[in-house]
Amino acid sequence: MPDQPPPSDDRPTGPDAGEGPHIGQGSGIGRGPEAGQGRLAGLGVSHGRSAGPVIRMAAPPTLPPPRPATGPAFDPEAEAATVAAALAAVAADLTRRATAARRPAPLTSEPAAHATGSPTSEPAAAHAADTPGPAPRAGEASDTAGSVTAEGDTAGPTTAAGDMAGGDTAGDATAARREAAGSEAAEILEALAMIADDPMLLEDAQSRAREGMGAPHALDAAFTQHREALAALGGYLAERAADLDDLKHRAVAFALGLPMPGLPAPGHPYILVAADLSPADTAGLGPDVLALVTERGGPTSHTAILARGRGLPAVVACPGILDVPDGTVVRVDGGTGEVAIGLTEEQAHEVRAGERAERARLAASSGPGRTKDGHPVKLLLNIGSADDLRPGAEGVGLFRTEFLFLDRTTAPSYGEQVDAYAEVFSRAETVIVRTLDAGTDKPLPFLGLPAEPNPALGVRGLRVDRLLPDVLDTQLDAIAEAARKTGAEAWVMAPMVTTEAEAAAFARRARARGVTRVGAMVEVPAAALRAGRLLREVDFLSIGTNDLAQYTFAADRQHSALADLLDPRQPALLELVAMCAAAGREAGKPVGVCGEAAGDPLLAPLLVGLGVTSLSMAAVCVPAVREALADLTLAQCQERAAQALA
Amino acid sequence: MAHRTVVVASASGLHARPAKVFVQAAARLGVPVTVRLGEKAVPAKSMLGVLSLGAVHGTEVTLEADGPGAEEALDSLVALLSRDLDADEALDA
Repeated sequence: MPDQPPPSDDRPTGPDAGEGPHIGQGSGIGRGPEAGQGRLAGLGVSHGRSAGPVIRMAAPPTLPPPRPATGPAFDPEAEAATVAAALAAVAADLTRRATAARRPAPLTSEPAAHATGSPTSEPAAAHAADTPGPAPRAGEASDTAGSVTAEGDTAGPTTAAGDMAGGDTAGDATAARREAAGSEAAEILEALAMIADDPMLLEDAQSRAREGMGAPHALDAAFTQHREALAALGGYLAERAADLDDLKHRAVAFALGLPMPGLPAPGHPYILVAADLSPADTAGLGPDVLALVTERGGPTSHTAILARGRGLPAVVACPGILDVPDGTVVRVDGGTGEVAIGLTEEQAHEVRAGERAERARLAASSGPGRTKDGHPVKLLLNIGSADDLRPGAEGVGLFRTEFLFLDRTTAPSYGEQVDAYAEVFSRAETVIVRTLDAGTDKPLPFLGLPAEPNPALGVRGLRVDRLLPDVLDTQLDAIAEAARKTGAEAWVMAPMVTTEAEAAAFARRARARGVTRVGAMVEVPAAALRAGRLLREVDFLSIGTNDLAQYTFAADRQHSALADLLDPRQPALLELVAMCAAAGREAGKPVGVCGEAAGDPLLAPLLVGLGVTSLSMAAVCVPAVREALADLTLAQCQERAAQALA
Repeated sequence: MAHRTVVVASASGLHARPAKVFVQAAARLGVPVTVRLGEKAVPAKSMLGVLSLGAVHGTEVTLEADGPGAEEALDSLVALLSRDLDADEALDA
């Protein structure tokens, strides 16, 4: 990446500067020896390859314990200078982004990418246009001062934008929307920059530093004081108070020599690197993210699920990735888990072009799922809302209704739920709806569930019904009504069913409310062991391999150190799948898999060999799974299954 | 000490975009200007200070400045505050 700005050249080397485990924004990105060749190994969790510049997302910085103001190392003037430099860096970064946002560039045209040097080819910080919510928070609107910026980086970013797999950003309306949003985003960014540049804030923080506070603490205290003053005024100003927190985190991070926190929006496509990603982080991801690499996380972590849902190549459990400086161009292989460091922009371009061609080839496949000898296996979609529906599958195998309401603090009304479900029912042939699956890794604020010492083993899924029966009743009513309205046949299943009694009670209630096909998810080993009995109560089973692995192996599905235990090839897990499938055959009822394993082209034939009748997966996985099944006869699939269980 | 009293004309008060335009203009003047609202006095070039006044549409504020250029500086800022800056889209385009 040429033409890196030297944001840190005027940065003082105060006592706090340069400390910390990360390579901060002052490390001379792209110039130092650390930007050379290398490879890191992680766990590939979402197939596909991409390449581009790395940007790390940092957590808000933690203040170190206050340093003694009297020690020989303490220099009040150096601290005051660090304060000034931190605020200036934050302001400069925001200003730079505002400028970029004012010049929206077309994000679709590959040729435009090669108009190198022309100011109009500069990529836009159009990310804001696709960020949910009215305005980018400061934390989303900026990344580390030393990262790749729009200026002087013309060929790479715009090329990468054209490379993006989706290719659905075209259209005049979209461009106009981007432009309008870009201007609005610029206004907000400029206002934020003025706050970071505020003379009162500077004076306040500097006088605290001169009185003996370290720069990070002085900044923290000054921001906090102004934040409280604004919050006390209420209304619009109270909203700005939250912006101050983001600015504070950024300034404090700079003073500590750490990467600035928040989801980056550099104005060009990039590889997002983070320690881990929360559902909230991932919800805000814009279309400029090419791939995800996290230091932590496992094959069934939310990062993995989100990435597969979007068709983003992803690698998790990748130690060392946080040490790769921002702006370094890497290649991410979401299949093998390899991250190659130090590519040229030309090499990165080739990777993206190759991937695009491969996806085009796969996308050309169509038709129902079949083995080579014609044994049918339904290929279904896992969705969170109607937005996730794509052509090419045979229906929806897992409609995660909780995804509609993740950010809600008040319960969604009956009418609102009817509308949301009807939208899906009217657009898909068959839909399996899963009732709300809340848990601590996936909290639904409106439920107001109390914190638990051991949430994975606590009140989650169907168990929430023990505390809040109205929630399920309302949802079942809404599903039944949406089905009536649309004429669709809604299949409804409950998550975390554990006993026959639970299955029977759920089935009774659902049928009483007009649901015709009732099912149970098998995520708890107890349910798998009694699959035959469960099928006396319900019409179908759907195996959630992610949670089933977690509970079978007593291994937290988010725990990167236990990834081998969560490998869906583990014979104990496959044995449980086989038991469910056998029970289904005996009862003449469908048994599907809707866990992440179903979307893996290597595992899918194995699951079919075990006897499952449908596979439900993220839309992007469908073509590769279809192709994998078409390559093998049912007997070959069964052979693989037998080997895996041997 | 020169001073002027002016009623904030912008629909959203001295918040958001009008505050930004006002602070930018004050910062360009080169003459330190103070905005006073009741007991509270803040530098006109401080975004946080101006926001913290909580001035809404119709609020009367006093501008103060000293030294050479003070009168002209105040006149220009009074002119700005007397306009509805929310409706004034072209200003910093």
